Amino acid sequence: MPKVSMTVNGNAVTADADARTLLVQYLREGLRLTGTHVGCDTSQCGACVVHVDGKAVKACTMFAWEAEGKTVLTIEGLAQNGKLHPMQEAFRENHGLQCGFCTPGMIMTAVDMVNRKGHDLDDPTIRHELEGNICRCTGYHNIVKSIAAGAKAMA
Amino acid sequence: MSATGIGAAVRRKEDFRFITGKGQYTDDISRPGQTYIHFVRSPHAHAKIKSIDGTETKTMPGVVAVLTGADLANDKIGNLICGWAITSKDGSPMKMSAHPAIANGKANHVGDAVAVVIAETLGQAKDAGEKVKVDYEVLPAVADPAKAQAAGAPQIHDVAPNNTIYQWHLGDQKAVEAAFKSANHVTKLDIINNRLVPNAIEPRAAIADYDAGNDALTLWNTSQNPHVARLVIAAFVGMAPEHKLRVIAPDVGGGFGSKIFIYPEEVVCLWAARKVGRPVKWVSDRSEAFVTDAHGRDHVTHAEMAFDHEGKITALRAKTIANLGAYMSTFSSSVPTYLYATLLSGQYSIPQIYCEVDAVYTNTVPVDAYRGAGRPEATFVVERLVEVGAREMGVDPADLRRRNFIKSFPHQTPVIMAYDAGDYNASLKKAMELADMKGFGKRKRDSARNGKLRGIGYSTYIEACGIAPSQAVGSLGAGVGLWESAEVRVNPTGSVEVLTGSHSHGQGHETTFAQLVSERLGIPIETISIVHGDTDKVQFGMGTYGSRSGAVGMTAIVKALDKVEAKAKKVAAFMLEAAEGDIEFKDGKFTVAGTDKAAAWGDVALNAYIAHKFTGAELEPGLKEGAFYDPTNFTFPAGCHICEVEIDPETGNTDVVAWTAVDDFGVVINPMIVEGQVHGGIAQGVGQALYEGTVYDKEGQLVTGSYMDYAMPRADYLPSFKVDTTETKCPSNPLGIKGCGEAGAIAAPAAVINAITDALGTEEIAMPASPATVWAALQKVQPRQAAE
Repeated sequence: MPKVSMTVNGNAVTADADARTLLVQYLREGLRLTGTHVGCDTSQCGACVVHVDGKAVKACTMFAWEAEGKTVLTIEGLAQNGKLHPMQEAFRENHGLQCGFCTPGMIMTAVDMVNRKGHDLDDPTIRHELEGNICRCTGYHNIVKSIAAGAKAMA
Repeated sequence: MSATGIGAAVRRKEDFRFITGKGQYTDDISRPGQTYIHFVRSPHAHAKIKSIDGTETKTMPGVVAVLTGADLANDKIGNLICGWAITSKDGSPMKMSAHPAIANGKANHVGDAVAVVIAETLGQAKDAGEKVKVDYEVLPAVADPAKAQAAGAPQIHDVAPNNTIYQWHLGDQKAVEAAFKSANHVTKLDIINNRLVPNAIEPRAAIADYDAGNDALTLWNTSQNPHVARLVIAAFVGMAPEHKLRVIAPDVGGGFGSKIFIYPEEVVCLWAARKVGRPVKWVSDRSEAFVTDAHGRDHVTHAEMAFDHEGKITALRAKTIANLGAYMSTFSSSVPTYLYATLLSGQYSIPQIYCEVDAVYTNTVPVDAYRGAGRPEATFVVERLVEVGAREMGVDPADLRRRNFIKSFPHQTPVIMAYDAGDYNASLKKAMELADMKGFGKRKRDSARNGKLRGIGYSTYIEACGIAPSQAVGSLGAGVGLWESAEVRVNPTGSVEVLTGSHSHGQGHETTFAQLVSERLGIPIETISIVHGDTDKVQFGMGTYGSRSGAVGMTAIVKALDKVEAKAKKVAAFMLEAAEGDIEFKDGKFTVAGTDKAAAWGDVALNAYIAHKFTGAELEPGLKEGAFYDPTNFTFPAGCHICEVEIDPETGNTDVVAWTAVDDFGVVINPMIVEGQVHGGIAQGVGQALYEGTVYDKEGQLVTGSYMDYAMPRADYLPSFKVDTTETKCPSNPLGIKGCGEAGAIAAPAAVINAITDALGTEEIAMPASPATVWAALQKVQPRQAAE
């Protein structure tokens, strides 16, 4: 099986990936980074959002070979030196998660949102920007609160 | 109140692993040498399976085995069962069909498994699955429950003529008829409670591993109740004896009822793992989930409410056809009967109620409990009837509710339930203030100036939770008791592990249960672990559903803590050389009454284990106690939700612009978590009212089979919610807890539809009230004008 190489969470990695291996499978099965989740098969739910070269991408919409040589950040790489990222802290502080399954995708989307939109995010902006992420537990109320707080904390 | 005790908004202990990607869901687990299983599923809603040819499949790369329903039958693997026996009004038992884990001879819904392929990789299993040749003889199908009993309808199971599973009733039919004859006003409604797909974001999954050396099986699965899964798979399916089957439900990514049930895939993975001698893993695709996860609701109802000249409700009657799908899922029979008709009294004093329910088979995915399970359907019937009745009689809807509220407790309804405590007017009043009902007229006029229609709707709901007193449910046909167990293990250093039969899949038990222990023992919350979801660790338990974990699960922990405290006092008495009766325990410290002698919790725990201060004849060493708690009654959470909508008459689009919820959940352990449960419930209820509709075509094909076709609430479809509580303590459990998990989903649909119909001036709105539905309705009516 062909090998695909990239940088994941700051580490140079190589793993098997045939032509149809999705980036999310490569991360989960090839690298055993199981924090990135799969919730659908139509790129609707956003549970698999990671950053590729600094931009949020649904890892189920991309083949592993398309990420050859690129830099990938997953939920496992967000905390630095044992310290939680401010967005992770904000989700915990504001009860922005219940079952936790959509959470990695939500957090990765939220960080990307701040990178693009800045630190002062109002509710309509956050809600609109979350259209690619589905949560079935929280009714979004506390996710919106978490992202607003996390965005400020990232400043 | 301590910072980590009962009533504190403690941040969740479980969150660290979830926000860092370290959760362990079933799909995150891999076993050495595991194989992957792919289910070949019927593309037809109803078809004879004339032959299955796997010859070519077996030659495909990586294929380990190809198995069929015939193989399953040859190995004498038993059928799945429905565990709640319902008796028809003529005395006959419900007509439960055989439900093999792989269809054998006939497929009865799109998605019914007909064969499986096991291969080295998932890709290979799927590729090989394409080569399984199934010769089908397609039969006519029926998907619409209203047509299932018609003469000439396709017959799905020989055991159930006219596709009728049972014809059940509850209440005094004659008394109800008499009440209707003397009514001053009668309100009538035809209601379709739309079919829903639960859609927990984690798809179902299973890994089975066979240990040949010990002839033992282990199953990791996405279950809300692993012990019940083990019991059914052992005792009814006959897979393995209970003590040779371990079921582990690790982190589970949402359930909402859909992960209560015992599913074919779990049975097949276990069977296949033993057969091929290697671990077998299955993870549902989302499209596969749509055609295999048990769906919810799907009722067709005609309901009537009788009022006297003062607007007092004198009687209610309802006739419901409930679609149970192609097979009877685990608890399906109880949902449209004892979880539905028993709640038709709502928050009101209604002297007479009569309900008839026909449950039918159709060529659709099985239907079972989904968040609220029967109670949302009952609430929708009652709250729509009351609202429409008020409008027809020209009475203010809040006033009509007040006139009919139950005001003294206990209150025996005519449909089994004995409500124990509540103050329905308190939650209505508080909700009306929070929702600024007084300002609504102005808001409606402002909307009108912008060309929009504004409406407001109430839902004063009640639910029966804390499921359930075993003796009561046993007398109604349940095949199990619905108590809960707990074991409290105190370690020699004083840290505590609590083993519970409840299962957390988002509810935050690792935090709330620890809060209870922290409060009771006066020890830091960090020194307490909650253990759940493993049949090898927890002896038995009934799992989590029906808002039972607080009221039933935590009460079991209280009982075990009582025993731990009693024993610890004995140990302390030896340590402090005092009489046991003089030992007092408070804030983590044992003292001797009237002296300054004291021993800390940790010292007492250590002394229980080192056993230096007492002989074995005096006291057994160790500090570990278990308890089983069986509730004496259901609990009755209730409250008032108010929904305010704005409708664009040009497009028919409905915006939920404000939501107020005031709920009485009894004593609240963690208000942050309780609010989160309410938010999520409201979102699912709004989903049912506005977005979610499961569509089958005439051939029984599921039209809404993916997230592309089945709409669910997204962040920008919903407002932020105003959530508050009132409190009347539940008298039947020592903590005073009622439960909160389902309230939002139960209350919300009626509130939304009452708001939309208020805005539109017509009652003819079906759920989901999509823009097309609302727009079409608007073409027929003159919208209600804002009062000046």
